[in-house]
Amino acid sequence: MTRYLLYRLLHSLVVVVGVTIIVFLLLHHLPGGPARAILGARATPVSIAAFNREYGLDNPLPVQYLNYVDQLLHGNLGYSYKLNISVDSLLSLDLPKTLFLVGISFLIAVIIAVPIGIAQAIRRNRSLDHGLTSVSFLLYSMPTFWLALLLIDILSARLRIFPPEAPQGTTLGQVITDPLALVLPVLTLVLINFALFSRYMRASAIESLAQDYIKVARSKGLPEHKVLWSHVLRNSVLPIVTLLGLSLPWLFTAGLVIEQIFNYPGTGLLFFTSAQSQDYPVELGITIVIAVTTVAGNLLADIAYAVLDPRIRYS
Amino acid sequence: MSMFSRPEAVGVTAVVAAETAPDGGAVRSRRRTRISTLGIIGLSIIVVACLFCFVGPLLYHTNQVGSNLAASNLRPGKGHPLGTDDNGFDILGRLMIGGQSSLEIGAAVAVLATTVGVAWGAIAGFAGGIVDGIMMRVVDVILAVPALFLLLILATSVAPSTLELIVVLAFLAWQVPSRLVRGESLSLRTREFVQAVQVMGGGSTRAVIRHIIPNTISTIVVNATFQVADAILILAVLSYLGFGLPPPAATWGGMLSNGSSYIFAGYWWQIYPVGVLIVIVVIAFNFLGDALRDLLDVRLR
Repeated sequence: MTRYLLYRLLHSLVVVVGVTIIVFLLLHHLPGGPARAILGARATPVSIAAFNREYGLDNPLPVQYLNYVDQLLHGNLGYSYKLNISVDSLLSLDLPKTLFLVGISFLIAVIIAVPIGIAQAIRRNRSLDHGLTSVSFLLYSMPTFWLALLLIDILSARLRIFPPEAPQGTTLGQVITDPLALVLPVLTLVLINFALFSRYMRASAIESLAQDYIKVARSKGLPEHKVLWSHVLRNSVLPIVTLLGLSLPWLFTAGLVIEQIFNYPGTGLLFFTSAQSQDYPVELGITIVIAVTTVAGNLLADIAYAVLDPRIRYS
Repeated sequence: MSMFSRPEAVGVTAVVAAETAPDGGAVRSRRRTRISTLGIIGLSIIVVACLFCFVGPLLYHTNQVGSNLAASNLRPGKGHPLGTDDNGFDILGRLMIGGQSSLEIGAAVAVLATTVGVAWGAIAGFAGGIVDGIMMRVVDVILAVPALFLLLILATSVAPSTLELIVVLAFLAWQVPSRLVRGESLSLRTREFVQAVQVMGGGSTRAVIRHIIPNTISTIVVNATFQVADAILILAVLSYLGFGLPPPAATWGGMLSNGSSYIFAGYWWQIYPVGVLIVIVVIAFNFLGDALRDLLDVRLR
């Protein structure tokens, strides 16, 4: 177990270092380098050289990379010269909002998908199962932005129930004071996650139902609800733990699209506007944070899985 | 299967197909001898979509370059079966032209990403040891960053041409085939027929090209089919966000983005045809991929 954990930890560390190298190279292979990005397209070679000297950008690349990592380790993700504010301050405002959006959608989706997936597994190949499978299949095939537009068109433009724009505000506290406006972005993300999770839950519950310990539990006369609750459920939610870790990159991607469509003031929207205005320090800072979150998520999922499933711990 | 798709997206009907075994039996997909009905449907839709996009414009002539503001935002009716957009472009004709770039880029990305991925994975798996370790860590690193984020950074630093877009999309899509092929390559290299090649003095290159890669062809074909669907999808997202092919190129994502400004005006014909078309084409490729997977008895992961 300890060896396994150490191996996974080392592996994650290597990946994180790799990500910083990629981001560093991207920053330095942009047309004209960081100086051009900061001083603008009309900067003269003289002013670029002066800038490079001042900020140590004329050092050899490995030295610059070490400086960059040094800054990162001190929690300095860079500075947005376009917005005149540090990337750290931007993220400390926007990241909680994104984590809230992604987190609450994930939670609601799991709460809905787990019982539905189990119900489908129990009534496998009956009309209820087929109906629900078709629904999740249809949702699963929909691109995020198309589903969002559909919901806006139906629930906002035609029925006028929910506003099409997410709540606006600088802090998370301001955002959650307008729950009605939160409905559409959260609903879109929930539906997309639900499609994925219910399929996994169904497959996983079908697998658990076929195990010998279920037969044993039933033949010793355990009531069906106890079989489902303490045997099927507990063994089938394991994949969901891994799924959370694995789906982080995809959650952030869907989050970016949804934040852009609903104008939700989170990291995704910040990333999008920075990409439009070519604010590279912000783009790269967000990329680093999201990549590290992804790696940490995978690591935690692996650890959780090993803790929850003894077969992995001892193999 | 790749960058933009859901984690472990092994095709849309994967989970449905994976439980054909009766209760108590091991859960395994049943080997089919003929392609499934859904596969035929998928293939038919793809053929029709190709005809629509590439032959359609020859029969149905429209002007997709010069705008005609006098005819903007027309409802579907005479002369314009699906209406016009805010520049006066005929929607039906634009769907065809936009589909050309989607299908071409989707197919090209799948081919390029699969080629690179297969070569990378086969070499890593065959070499094993430290070479394998380094090559696979490179894959892990690229997979750790959500592709859309890297795509937006790359798309802002280079104004993309079709070719650049293909290269960038493929750069973020080759990791999954490389992992799949590496896994098969690892087990194949211990098989007798591969070891026999080496005993007989055949070089590593020969072993990889003549023996490892041909034996992974089913996996490759199935994965490539899913890659097309993913590439079309992410291309649509990119165009929707305004980072796809620059105007005057017509793209499905661009049309959707354009039409979304008029949702509250009730111009449904500017979003529904193109949205439904994207979904149908993506589903068709997933159907085909699922059917091929069952037919060739490939287990992804």
